[in-house]
Amino acid sequence: MPERSSDPGSSSFFAGSGDMASEISQIADGDVAVLDLLQDLDPGQVDGAVAKKRLGFGFWLASTWFFLVLVLAILAPLLPLKDPLLPVGRPRQSPNIEFWFGTDSIGRDIFSRVIWGGRVSLVVGFASILLGLAVGGTIGIVAGYYKRRTEAFLMGSMDVLLAFPALLLALVIVSFTGDNSITNVVLAIGIVSIAPIARLVRASTLVFSQREFVTAARSLGASNGRIITREILPNVLLPVLSFSIIGVAVAIVAEGGLAFLGLSVPPPTPTWGGMINDGRAQLDNHPYMSLIPCFIMFLTVLSLNLAGDRIREYFDIKEGAL
Amino acid sequence: MRFVRKKLIQLAIVLFAVTFLSFLMLNLLPGDTAERLCAGAGTDECVSEKRAELGLDRPIPIRYAEWLGNAVTGDLGTSARNQQPVWEAIQQRLPLTLELLLYSQFLALIVAVPMGLLAAQRAGGLYDRISTSTLFGLLSVPNFMLALILLLVFSKRLGWFPAVGYTPFTENPLENLWSLFLPALTLAVAEMAVYMRLLRTDLIATLQEDYITMAKAKGMSSGRVLLRHAFRPSTFSLVTVIGLNFGRLIGGTLIVEVIFALNGIGKYTVDSILGQDYIPVQGAVLVIAIGYVLVNFAVDLFYAVLDPRIRHARALI
Repeated sequence: MPERSSDPGSSSFFAGSGDMASEISQIADGDVAVLDLLQDLDPGQVDGAVAKKRLGFGFWLASTWFFLVLVLAILAPLLPLKDPLLPVGRPRQSPNIEFWFGTDSIGRDIFSRVIWGGRVSLVVGFASILLGLAVGGTIGIVAGYYKRRTEAFLMGSMDVLLAFPALLLALVIVSFTGDNSITNVVLAIGIVSIAPIARLVRASTLVFSQREFVTAARSLGASNGRIITREILPNVLLPVLSFSIIGVAVAIVAEGGLAFLGLSVPPPTPTWGGMINDGRAQLDNHPYMSLIPCFIMFLTVLSLNLAGDRIREYFDIKEGAL
Repeated sequence: MRFVRKKLIQLAIVLFAVTFLSFLMLNLLPGDTAERLCAGAGTDECVSEKRAELGLDRPIPIRYAEWLGNAVTGDLGTSARNQQPVWEAIQQRLPLTLELLLYSQFLALIVAVPMGLLAAQRAGGLYDRISTSTLFGLLSVPNFMLALILLLVFSKRLGWFPAVGYTPFTENPLENLWSLFLPALTLAVAEMAVYMRLLRTDLIATLQEDYITMAKAKGMSSGRVLLRHAFRPSTFSLVTVIGLNFGRLIGGTLIVEVIFALNGIGKYTVDSILGQDYIPVQGAVLVIAIGYVLVNFAVDLFYAVLDPRIRHARALI
């Protein structure tokens, strides 16, 4: 890697950012200049004039739906649900009073399968993003703080990861390991999420590491480790967490995609993607088999996207960095 | 020129790393082509025989060097399942994937640009809010879900489009576009939202500029101001993101290709992965990575040539 990396521009928003260190130090007597520049560029700024800083009704609606799904998924073993793995009635019944969402092609209750399937989606969604945050976050913050060779090397590796098509990478990991346990699915999607998270964290670390409080801490003799964990991390964490909410939605969709290709947690364990795929053959005559899990998944993804987007706007983070 | 050379070196390094890593990964993961081919017989003898036959018993670095040497001359090896040369298979399938990409970007733009223009003209107005939130909703539809719904409604129920397969372009260009409409639309929908938002925010920012006020003060109609003065300077990041998406989507069409049974690169890769046939996967990864890296390179040059100011400013976000 050449010494001062500027990424082969894997994302427009970071293109040429390797030259940033010098760039910033040139501009910045204080960070005022930098902040001014940022505000000039911030499209949200213009939006902000229109939309007041409120989370809004949509946000609360989205959160309510999400927590409903979450609570149902957590409480699934305690709820009086029919067995999700065994046939409990006549197959291919349309939704009715006994089977709220109908039954699938071998007579399993779709309602209970949707709730149990939510467990897989949510576990994969959160666990893989946590993995991505832990690894990608560390890489990003280290790269953004130490700059130079460290940054060139770390971000170069992230470029390599990014040049792998995401779903393909996950596919390879899951299918060649043969055993598609939930751990493998989490691992696959988690690895895929490392690079984008690392880029995001590095971008905000770059900005924060030029602020006065960091200079102040350093002049007081704080070690690099202390500056990173005590000064930079808390500032970087908030924006990154709100992006992570959207990340969870992306991970849930990715799990759905894997399940759809038959590469997520194996049957008979219910997953949303798997159910959608199972119902595909019956799409003509019994569309509800696919469409109900589709709809539930859509609402969940939408609610996460909406909540993440609102929170992000609320904390005024730059648009489009993911 | 120094910039270009530096970029080219980086590009080569990334390609080298990607192919080596994918080679390593495909070889280290348990389960290989030999085992797959012997699935029926299932004896250890058969497996080790096949391994020797395919050269899988030699060390990974040597095999990689060999593969790389061949790849440079355009020989990407042959599939262990059907003996087809990988490069030949890729040549057959790449045009379809590329067409799908162009088509979907075109569809996304003809919807996103007018919507973005209208939304920006009265930012915060009713139309703006409705269109922004509709597209935001569409952004949350996973593509396999959208593909299924489109299939159900437009080809199974209404019978307007073929459910699977397509007419080759050389046979009948119009029918070809017709038969690829649903898959292209599936890919386009998610992009629409992104493009529209991007154009909208950039337009809103441009409309605050002094020269726009000047144009208005001279009595120009707001539609003319929008199209003549504001539109072009606002398309910069849009063009960039389109370029980047293009690179990203080369590997991102696989689910759509699988659902609509289109023999593009994505489906080829999935089939090879499922068949644990790693030479084609390796070839596909190479082609996809080259596409991705080249597009990024082009976008970078585009920045550097057009406007160094924006290039550096963007880096701050």
